[in-house]
Amino acid sequence: MSAPDDNPYPSTYRPYPGRPVAIVGATVFDGTGAEIDNGTVLVSGGKVEAVGDASLTVPEGYDRIDGRGKYVTPGVIDIHSHLGVYPSPGVRALSDGNEATSPTTPEVWAEHSVWPQDPGFTRALVNGGVTSLQILPGSANLMGGRSVVLKNVPGRTVQSMKFPGAPYGLKMACGENPKRVYGSKGRMPSTRMGNFAVDRETWIKAVEYKKKRDAGKLEKRDLAMETLVGVLDGKILVHNHCYRADEMAQVIDMSKEFGYHVAAFHHAVEAYKIGDLLKQKDICSAIWADWWGFKMEAYDGIPENAALLQDAGACVIIHSDDEYGIQRLNQEAAKAQGAGRRMGISIPDGQVVRWFTLNPAHAMGIDKVTGSLTPGKMGDVVLWNGNPLSVYSRPEKVWIDGAMLYDADNPKMRPVSDFELGQPGEGDVK
Amino acid sequence: MSARILASGAAMLLAAAAATPAVAADTAFTNATVVIGDGSAPVEHGTVVVRDGKILAAGANVPVPAGATVVDAGGKWITPGLVIAVTDLGLLDVGAVSSSNDSEADKSVFNAALDVSTAVDPEALPLEVSRAGGVTRAAVSASAGNSIFAGQGAYIDLGADPQAVEKPRAFQLVELGERGARLAGGSRLAAQALLRNALAEAREIAAMPKGTRRDDVLLTRSDAVALVPVVTGKQPLYVHVERASDIRGALALKSEFPALNLVIVGASEGWRVAGTLAAAKVPVIAQPMTDLPGRFETMAATQSNIGRMTKAGVKVAIGGMFDMDQPRYAPQYAGNLVAVGKMPGATGLTWGQAFAAISSVPAGIMGEGDRYGSLLPGRDADVVVWDGDPLEVGNAPVKVYIDGVEQPVSNHQTRLRERYRHPAPGALPKAWDW
Repeated sequence: MSAPDDNPYPSTYRPYPGRPVAIVGATVFDGTGAEIDNGTVLVSGGKVEAVGDASLTVPEGYDRIDGRGKYVTPGVIDIHSHLGVYPSPGVRALSDGNEATSPTTPEVWAEHSVWPQDPGFTRALVNGGVTSLQILPGSANLMGGRSVVLKNVPGRTVQSMKFPGAPYGLKMACGENPKRVYGSKGRMPSTRMGNFAVDRETWIKAVEYKKKRDAGKLEKRDLAMETLVGVLDGKILVHNHCYRADEMAQVIDMSKEFGYHVAAFHHAVEAYKIGDLLKQKDICSAIWADWWGFKMEAYDGIPENAALLQDAGACVIIHSDDEYGIQRLNQEAAKAQGAGRRMGISIPDGQVVRWFTLNPAHAMGIDKVTGSLTPGKMGDVVLWNGNPLSVYSRPEKVWIDGAMLYDADNPKMRPVSDFELGQPGEGDVK
Repeated sequence: MSARILASGAAMLLAAAAATPAVAADTAFTNATVVIGDGSAPVEHGTVVVRDGKILAAGANVPVPAGATVVDAGGKWITPGLVIAVTDLGLLDVGAVSSSNDSEADKSVFNAALDVSTAVDPEALPLEVSRAGGVTRAAVSASAGNSIFAGQGAYIDLGADPQAVEKPRAFQLVELGERGARLAGGSRLAAQALLRNALAEAREIAAMPKGTRRDDVLLTRSDAVALVPVVTGKQPLYVHVERASDIRGALALKSEFPALNLVIVGASEGWRVAGTLAAAKVPVIAQPMTDLPGRFETMAATQSNIGRMTKAGVKVAIGGMFDMDQPRYAPQYAGNLVAVGKMPGATGLTWGQAFAAISSVPAGIMGEGDRYGSLLPGRDADVVVWDGDPLEVGNAPVKVYIDGVEQPVSNHQTRLRERYRHPAPGALPKAWDW
């Protein structure tokens, strides 16, 4: 059997047209942790061209934007979103995020569920400055399927939103959700030990499949196994929904048993208990600032989680998992910073900005091309009307690959999805 | 208040004064940025004076009474305690653990008669966490489970004592939007018919409290009796609706039942009927950040909603916060409404209006504005000291007082924070560090 096409639904994304832009006089958080006062950011040809202080010369022909009193960051990145697969309106007919018919469905791909007209994309852009996001299947299943990484641009097709070259992710889930969903159907898994048994049996099959494939002995394709072998090959990144510290440690052992790496634990409300282990294994924790207590495995969540992880030297990501949270990742990060400050852990603003820019890009495998204002990277840039770590600040302008896609000062530069056309509130509020 | 002081083992604000009872039990917080909570702007270098658990005076140029205990606030912010209407605080421990969750009686044979004051637990962790977040008062309601009626809500304080319920059976909550339609039998028609019939049965009971009922009634006697104060206007009817036409429909109930004392909860499309709401003098409890057409009934949701309604003269509180939507998020929401006001084309609130929307306005809608929700003289001394601007997301309360009594702000979360503050692998396990 010849090797399958590993990219049958390729990205057709093309950057929208942009003009060379120079933002001058703003405070710049470049996403790596650095802060430049009275900075200059040059974007041309869709890329970040240069970032420097006031001494950086603005070439001729650039649109000059006065950034005095304002702030510049890289585009915000959400590593955990269900926009499009659980869109607004949240009606059953559009609910496409959990293929909850089998505890392992690594064969499903989120991109085949995403509805590009979800108005949530536009709100994430204009209120949250979100320029890239990973859409994950839900957490009903132990292996929920492949994620897709999108650029947050309006598109008629999913392919036209797909982040070029971004690796796929595999959504996995431990804990209460899979055991509840399948236990209530009277089938395995109904316990945490059942979760691990089903996971391990499935990985055993994947290892066998990989052996056959490597020996050229595959007789027919198996979509589920193709995803899992992609993980074993290191080409598909594991994003594991896991709340409890003890369970994360178990997953780490399982990843060692079968030879894969967890890119990030998502919803890791107890990550602060094992910051040393997560640091040692180079695993990011994608977390909320202060969600807590809504289910048993969230009971030990504390607002100081991010600060304690940062203090331990582990990788922190602020994620949303929510169509409203994605509009305020900057505020959630600021909350977590404040909680740290009150317990004596002082984290500079620039580092906190990294929690929703470069760190998610790193765990999504796109940090070489976005996530920071590094020359040569995509021109994904947000100009904020104040410090993004203040509740009083909002994106004023957002560029994606150097194209301005939102401008608060221009009412026409506010996207309206197909679904909202002709509906009450179109335009002035959408 | 006296009950609280007797019951509370917490450190008391008035401890110093209480040791020498001959001296007036006054405490003066000086050198503070003072927020009255009535819609006015914050006052820098202000003073707050507390006497016998009540506010004596607050603002600029307030004299410190002779013999008062003076607390230098060091420039910190002082506000009234936050008031949240409506929420499920005290009705659940963990939302997803149904045995710990009394917020919805979806298999009960009763509905309007349900009385949340029989279930509120002042030691529920969500309540303790909210108290640490500066929330001092709340209107607590169950959610509708088996009927359009959620039952009778209560007003509570969040003091660390066994007396949480300040006013039981304070309001009734009814669902009339998409959810009410499903609960009533599948459509809005059913919800409207069910509500009208229920109010009619209540009116019959009101007219003949001791008599025999006709034999073709739908409601249990308990439910019908519970609706008597609603139909006579003695108990406010909180109506949850989102869509503009549903808001109009709720207001129209007054033509049939003129005594109804309506409060609209939800109102995502309230801005489209703001003039009508203002003319009807019906207040609104709304969630401010809703800006997605999450349901067809919220098609025109916008973050300008509260700003536009307020501008039109509607009394609007931030509220309607259940389960994962934690009441301690209220200041963040209020801050966002200030931010909205700075966006071209949008309508937000001034800082003073935004804070009032989480303090005096909800207290006023609850009919308790002369008791709490502001630092005006005579109000209960529900006072929160913050480490900075309370609407700013990085800031938090430093001290919380209810009726002048300092409240504990430690809880399960703060204990975990301390346990994991300094990891020490190899040392004794942390299980003995309590």
